[in-house]
Amino acid sequence: MKKPELLVTPTSVSHIHDLANAGADAVIIGQQRYGLRLAGEFSRADVKEAVNIVRQYGMKVYVAMNAIFHNDKVDELGDYITFLADTGVDAIVFGDPAVLMTVREVAPHMKLHWNPETTATNWYTCNYWGRKGAKRAVLARELNMEAILEIKEHAEVEIEVQVHGMTCMYQSKRSLIGNYFEYQGKVMEIERKKYEKGMFLYDKERDSKYPIFEDENGTHIMSPNDICIIDELSEMVDAGIDSFKIDGVLHEPGYITEVTKLYRRAIDLCAENREQYEKEKDELLAKIEAIQPKHRPLDTGFFFKETVY
Amino acid sequence: MLLKNDKISEIINGKRVIVKKPELLAPAGNLEKLKIAVHYGADAVFLGGQEYSLRANADNFTLEEIAEGVRFANQYGAKVYVTANIYAHNENIPGLEEYLRALEQAGVHGIIVADPLIIETARRVAPKLEVHLSTQQSMANWKAVQFWKEEGLERVVLARETSAEEIREIKEKVDIEIEAFIHGAMCSAYSGRCVLSNHMTARDSNRGGCCQSCRWDYDLYQLKGDKEIPLFDENDAPFAMSAKDLNLIRAIPTMIELGIDSLKIEGRMKSIHYVATVVSVYRKVIDAYCADPDNFTIREEWIKELDKCANRDTAPSFFTGMPGYQDHMYGSHSRKTTHEFAGLVLDYDKETKMVTLQQRNFFKPGDEVEFFGPEIENFTQVVEKIWDEDGNELDAARHPLQIVKFKVEREVFPYNMMRKGI
Repeated sequence: MKKPELLVTPTSVSHIHDLANAGADAVIIGQQRYGLRLAGEFSRADVKEAVNIVRQYGMKVYVAMNAIFHNDKVDELGDYITFLADTGVDAIVFGDPAVLMTVREVAPHMKLHWNPETTATNWYTCNYWGRKGAKRAVLARELNMEAILEIKEHAEVEIEVQVHGMTCMYQSKRSLIGNYFEYQGKVMEIERKKYEKGMFLYDKERDSKYPIFEDENGTHIMSPNDICIIDELSEMVDAGIDSFKIDGVLHEPGYITEVTKLYRRAIDLCAENREQYEKEKDELLAKIEAIQPKHRPLDTGFFFKETVY
Repeated sequence: MLLKNDKISEIINGKRVIVKKPELLAPAGNLEKLKIAVHYGADAVFLGGQEYSLRANADNFTLEEIAEGVRFANQYGAKVYVTANIYAHNENIPGLEEYLRALEQAGVHGIIVADPLIIETARRVAPKLEVHLSTQQSMANWKAVQFWKEEGLERVVLARETSAEEIREIKEKVDIEIEAFIHGAMCSAYSGRCVLSNHMTARDSNRGGCCQSCRWDYDLYQLKGDKEIPLFDENDAPFAMSAKDLNLIRAIPTMIELGIDSLKIEGRMKSIHYVATVVSVYRKVIDAYCADPDNFTIREEWIKELDKCANRDTAPSFFTGMPGYQDHMYGSHSRKTTHEFAGLVLDYDKETKMVTLQQRNFFKPGDEVEFFGPEIENFTQVVEKIWDEDGNELDAARHPLQIVKFKVEREVFPYNMMRKGI
């Protein structure tokens, strides 16, 4: 049976070795200048090194360029894409059509993954971007299992689904943390403080904690729980979903490595020995629960949720 | 460099006038609001049908109502656009073709769309409809706009995060119509990139289920080890992402000189009083500037007029640069309006000076009221005796939609409105 790719997010160049040994098939890296909410920051030199490392392991490396671009960065996209093509990365992840347009101009053979985060929600539109040049669509995390399977059934492009980690609920261009400090009159501390780690919003009504951070792309508010469906992979493996992603943003490298190992085991069993997967899957879930940070409860995201409108 | 079809002004009889007058585009939450918006001077309106439109809670139009709205708008030479700007899920695909054909059949001028599914389906089954890219796509650069031009779209509604300088560059580089927001409530997130409602209330924000979680209060903490440190003092208002409403009245001259093709007022959920007030003010600003741009000044009374229907503080947002803390609301996410809508003029008898008016809020003899409308200059007067339709004297106009009569000194016209201070 075809196995989905296990795609993970390293926090640094050296972390790629650990993830390779943990069983990852591919990594996604990049820099916040062009990509959204990455687990680590990778300079051009880091990208070169990452390409060398993944080649040793027979893995793939994708580079995130899925920011929402304003005019100021449009002229530099070509240079960065040319660099990525020369360096030999396996694909570029985009959401903004400006990236697609620039790839056509400077690196027409570069593989593209379409990832607009919240807006990849039906099979027709996945195929539309396929006709425009994308080889893969990364689905919105707000879809349920039934919708995902239906998209795969009709898809003419590869389909990537996030199976683990937190997701973004809200992205603003505004400096919301900095503005709040300024409003409070803490002006002197802002530049230092607004980029600090570990901030979250507390929602009393739901007793939920939403991680929040600022970077070059604005302010990001993240989901209160980490998705974990290590015990619910069968339907998507059977359907031939092409890639399972573990998003490690805001997690420690050691945690990401352990989770990668456990999903490696789960995917292998699910594809090769379903009976054993069924026996072992609760134990795999328990192993993740055991290493889960206290403030990050697990849930199954939107896979089994009914959303109305 | 301006494109040749984008000549904005000309010297006529020794005076510069604006020859490229932008469209004033207003929200039409229902048929009554559509008629008011058009009557008060909108060049075009946008409305939502029963499906495929955001604002699932709005009083959306049936196909028959859309056709009636188009007929009404056409009498004034105004255009009707229909929003079909959801990000569709698989389950929304069946029925789409029939819906788009029906819109074309109803005489709708164009649709405002975010999802390529709807763009391509409209091209195929309803080719007479113009296709405008919704702000839900958050397009903020010229190259992305170029992409949509090459896809054959007539117009792009830019991301609300674009500044005047960015719009200038987009207009210079791409020959496509640009629509920009000038007034109304703002998403504080990039449109289309917020799923707070999905997480907090299981309602899909990108299909109209938005429950405005960005208007709620949150407490900001920092996790240090296992300790949760509050980043606020007892006296501080809580953290909020809530944005003040957009108000670009002072920027209208710049927007006209930039050659922006359509100036859009947000607010399909707002009242007819709001729509009438905002449309009439911007109508006056645009007309005055276009007639004599070099001697134009903003009149304070226009700014005050907008304030009479505002239920939030306002700010220029991204148009003039990066919003700061002053562009946000902390502690309270709305405020009471200073004026309320008291009645809609149905008729006026010049001989007897009696107005026939439909009551929209309580008023009584002795109240000072203000009349406004496209045919008149605003004026105030004190209400004297009030009668009902049968000529019985009333101590007050108490009942919503009740028809009442009283004396109004100056001439008023059907669809003029009466408001009073609160």
